Amino acid sequence: MAEKKIVDGRGSFCPGPLMELIVALKASQIGDELEVLSTDKGSANDIPEWVRKVGHEYISTTEEAGVWHITVRKTK
Amino acid sequence: MKILIVGGGMGGTILANNLARRLTNELKTGKARITMLSASDKHMYQPGLLYLAVGRMTPDELYRDQASLLEPGINFHVDPVEEFHLDNNRVKTKSGKTHEYDVMVIATGSRMFPEGVPGMAENAETFYTEETALKMFKRLQSFEGGKVVISVGIPHKCPMAPLEITFMLHDYFKDRGLADKVQLHYTYPIGRVHSLENVAKWAAPEMDKLGIKYDTFFNIKEVDGAKKILRSEEGVDINYDLLISIPAHKGMEVLEKNGLGQNGWVPTNRTKLNMEGRTNVFICGDTTNIPISKAGSTAHFEADVLGENIAAMVKMGTPVREYDGKVFCFVEAGKDRATYAMFDYQNPPDPKAPTKAVHWFKMAYNKLYWISARGLL
Repeated sequence: MAEKKIVDGRGSFCPGPLMELIVALKASQIGDELEVLSTDKGSANDIPEWVRKVGHEYISTTEEAGVWHITVRKTK
Repeated sequence: MKILIVGGGMGGTILANNLARRLTNELKTGKARITMLSASDKHMYQPGLLYLAVGRMTPDELYRDQASLLEPGINFHVDPVEEFHLDNNRVKTKSGKTHEYDVMVIATGSRMFPEGVPGMAENAETFYTEETALKMFKRLQSFEGGKVVISVGIPHKCPMAPLEITFMLHDYFKDRGLADKVQLHYTYPIGRVHSLENVAKWAAPEMDKLGIKYDTFFNIKEVDGAKKILRSEEGVDINYDLLISIPAHKGMEVLEKNGLGQNGWVPTNRTKLNMEGRTNVFICGDTTNIPISKAGSTAHFEADVLGENIAAMVKMGTPVREYDGKVFCFVEAGKDRATYAMFDYQNPPDPKAPTKAVHWFKMAYNKLYWISARGLL
């Protein structure tokens, strides 16, 4: 059954939110939604770019009080 | 108060010594007791493996007897934990003994897991154990030219290792007169050559200058050993003659078996360092699931905070400090130059141009580590 998971990458410069997402995707099931929390505005570009490149589904990006919420779905 | 430290690596050792000094009187009077359970009677300086892999250190330089590093008053047992019974505040060890605790710190580290990528373990050289680092060096010695590909799995221990081994390999082959016959090809999982943006801004031009090729957005899917091809999740194939792997890592299997955390990473509060949902279990070093570098310095700075907090819990019933995410990493930029990156949850690093002075400080730290492990530096 598909789940929604939070990947809390706030304050993470190294390995950083995208690396945290890649690791979390490996441990997820197809259909799972993952919401990345990031305090790095670069994540709003990096994460959708990588997700499209590798073929997962990019869903949305929102910003709230300096925290970017980027949601993706594992598709393969 | 019975304090139990599970794991005798850098974090566990610094913490035990830190606590023993802070609690000298309490240990004498029996108000506090410190027990360490470890899987080995030896303590390895893990960063030395990088140098072992390129023939710049020997295995004997990596080890000390664990007991020799510990303050008097610490009860040290080579008897790894096999069962964690958190609801009953006790653990059971391989020998069958039970240890009860009031406060427990788990600092069992991480292990490489190349088996997670088909073909990786059989076809790549790596340097995360003494055995593999020695094997890698012997392979380098017999390598006379061709394409050397550096692959990076995540999460991995030591975030600077991919860059360091690449620059050190460059100098190794140059010294052997093979610079014109060897093509180094670096790969990295995200859209730049390092996770730290400022480190990437320094490293990419450095690679350009040295003629090192690189591919970014390269997450390893599999290795075809017969055809000598490294394949990425992004659909890119790279041919290699020699494959060097920074393998993905996992936490210790015993933690996963006991249900403490997926892949052996234990959910941990990022400032208090307690295991989520537990007030008397703390996590130190690689074992946490905190999204920061799995590095010796991380374990060191976390151990400093835990030492102060647990001693305060003994003396006044409450912790006093929070961990701010501090990490400090040397970055070897070849055989004789280095820089460093220091950062925390709020402040990114700002690495300077590599110098010989920082390299020699790193070489000195390779010896000073043993003072650091004793909790004195």
